Amino acid sequence: YLIPLSSSHYPVNQTTMHRPSLSACQLILRSFGRSGGNIVASRRFASSMNVRDALNSAMKEEIERDPNVFLMGEEVAQYEGAYKVSKGLWKLMGDKRVIDTPITEMGFAGLAVGAAMAGLRPICEFMTFNFSMQAIDHVINSAAKTYYMSAGDVKVPIVFRGPNGAAAGVAAQHSQDFASWYSHCPGLKVVSPWNSEDARGLLKAAIRDNDPVVCLENEMMYGVSFEVSPECESKDFLIPIGKAKIEIPGNHISLISYGKFVGLCVEAAAELAKEGIQCEVLNLRTLRPLDEEAIVKSVMKTHHVVTVESCWPQCGMGAEIAARIMESQAFDYLDAPLTRMTGADVPMPYAQALEAAALPQVADIVRVVRRTLNRAAK
Amino acid sequence: MPLSSSAIRANLLLLRGGCGLFVSSRLASSAMLSTRPYKLHKLESGPASEAQVTSDEARKYYRDMATVRRMETAAGNLYKEKAIRGFCHLYSGQEACCVGMEAVLDRNDPVITAYRAHGWTYTRGVPVKAVLSELTGRASGCAKGKGGSMHMYNHNFYGGNGIVGAQVPLGAGIAFAQKYREDKRVCVTLYGDGAANQGQVFEAFNMAKLWDLPCIFVCENNKYGMGTAVERAAASTAYYTRGDYIPGLWVDAMDVITVREATRFAKDWCLSGKGPILLEMETYRYHGHSMSDPGTSYRTREEVQSMRQMRDPIASFRQTLLTAELVAEEELKEIDQSVRKEVDEAVQAAKTNAVPDPKELYTNVYSQPPSGQPNYRIRGIDQFTWSAN
Repeated sequence: YLIPLSSSHYPVNQTTMHRPSLSACQLILRSFGRSGGNIVASRRFASSMNVRDALNSAMKEEIERDPNVFLMGEEVAQYEGAYKVSKGLWKLMGDKRVIDTPITEMGFAGLAVGAAMAGLRPICEFMTFNFSMQAIDHVINSAAKTYYMSAGDVKVPIVFRGPNGAAAGVAAQHSQDFASWYSHCPGLKVVSPWNSEDARGLLKAAIRDNDPVVCLENEMMYGVSFEVSPECESKDFLIPIGKAKIEIPGNHISLISYGKFVGLCVEAAAELAKEGIQCEVLNLRTLRPLDEEAIVKSVMKTHHVVTVESCWPQCGMGAEIAARIMESQAFDYLDAPLTRMTGADVPMPYAQALEAAALPQVADIVRVVRRTLNRAAK
Repeated sequence: MPLSSSAIRANLLLLRGGCGLFVSSRLASSAMLSTRPYKLHKLESGPASEAQVTSDEARKYYRDMATVRRMETAAGNLYKEKAIRGFCHLYSGQEACCVGMEAVLDRNDPVITAYRAHGWTYTRGVPVKAVLSELTGRASGCAKGKGGSMHMYNHNFYGGNGIVGAQVPLGAGIAFAQKYREDKRVCVTLYGDGAANQGQVFEAFNMAKLWDLPCIFVCENNKYGMGTAVERAAASTAYYTRGDYIPGLWVDAMDVITVREATRFAKDWCLSGKGPILLEMETYRYHGHSMSDPGTSYRTREEVQSMRQMRDPIASFRQTLLTAELVAEEELKEIDQSVRKEVDEAVQAAKTNAVPDPKELYTNVYSQPPSGQPNYRIRGIDQFTWSAN
């Protein structure tokens, strides 16, 4: 069960739910990179799909499946999506199911929440989550809290989705990672897919969920292809919300991440594997509720932990994971304090080198792992 | 021709001679009552200048307004006794608005409003007992004590919303859902003169007009947004025109029949596919913005008194009914007594019913546990405190 690699510089994820043995994984990840080599394809893998197509097909299928589901957002219909995630959907489904909104986030997010309260199942797209700040009152006060305030009378089965975090060179107002803001709030479920399988399964699960779900994607991942299992292509393929996934098992150190940064952890793991360091890469998949059981189990096994994210350091996801570990039995299993790798504590700069320095890179993860394990810097 | 119910009633009262009451048997079963003048915005014509009101309807409107008034007075007293905490925004003075509108709406037309919601909660079918118990935080409250004054709901009543103006796009969304499902219904979306300046209100207007949503936007203009008089907050206080491309009506909302006919006009407008419409209900609140506001630092006592004496919706309707001989004075007194009894009993229940079970702290956060964590527990104030599963 070796995995063929895509032509992108991201490794193809082994997407089966049941893990093969450790050594097989290390073999698989030994060679990757821009040149990509083709290793023998596994019988388990049906085809390759990029994250954009994963999201697109998920929405298409869910809109076809349930007459109450519809997509609304800026440029989603006739323009086919600012990032082409909704390409082809309007042509196929028409004005009723795929709706272009004016550039009025507070208004259309509120309208979408009202429609959800009245029994429809909207997918409300934010062109990027930076713009969700204009509408955040509706996400939190109108959507997240209503089921509780109404003591179970009013459900809000809405999905808010869109790109989150940094893209490339879009500067400070367009690069914020909202993972910790949204995962702070009870009443929301918050998911963040990394690869195509995550994207399909989590978005479908989000659309079928009867509670408000925030789905934090990443623009830089939209064009990245991954092999997907046959199960993933099924119309009823769902990933359970609240369950993390061990992308690569390992015994020496846990790398815990979500979204795009899982890919960086996988790359770092491959590099470290060359020197015999076995990283366990845990893809959170869901940020609220966190899969604390998976986090604790991993740390108890490896005794070392690094978290990787693009939120700012203070009150970020790593801070939460650190607290959870402290509170759990994993605390007694730590051989070193947790390290959180985060966005630098600055608004995102524009110049390329500065931007690169503002976010964790593969080399940084490698360095931090070695430091945590007290290996000398190379 | 069979006797109308009111004529029968009149005769029965006559028979009940033991009470020593004399009732005129000349009571009408219905009367044509005139509406107060409207102002139109982008409309060729407006609501009717007079309307047929039956004595049954008259009694109902009177009763409902009297109930809201007494319920709000009771709420004010409970607040002063500290049985109600936090915010409490009273509707006294504005009763003709909710009662007049409900006269034309039915329970399939959804309504959403802001936080001055107790009157609407009642007319939407929540009994006085459930409203007052919610205010005192009892398990018998309409939101099990978990919502409080600003978060009361019922079938086709979406609250009760605490964030000024937020209910307006929500209401447009409810209207959107109705249009999507081809329900022949209107959504009534209320907001105040203060909220009328919110940007999201105009965003909602834009989408409602663009997409022809069956939404009746209603500005309940009670002249003050908290402590700020309308002239100090709005560059234009002609709220019925501020929908711009949305036609509008100004309504003297101190008269229940005037409100009713405006609502009839608006509902017909929306249901005939003409898109949204905006009603400005000019009204008045006797109390301050909330119980923590005496309501006299920004307006004179004379102004409040004068409104109560000259323009009270209940007193003036009472007078209209007596003059039109639609309802006998004794009946109105009986209604008053019955309302008092109902509210008094509700107050008792609100003071003595059980508070919510402690486990309710953790319920209704999600409607279903996360699919990957069926035994999902909710954390309490520390890592040792959890919801029971």
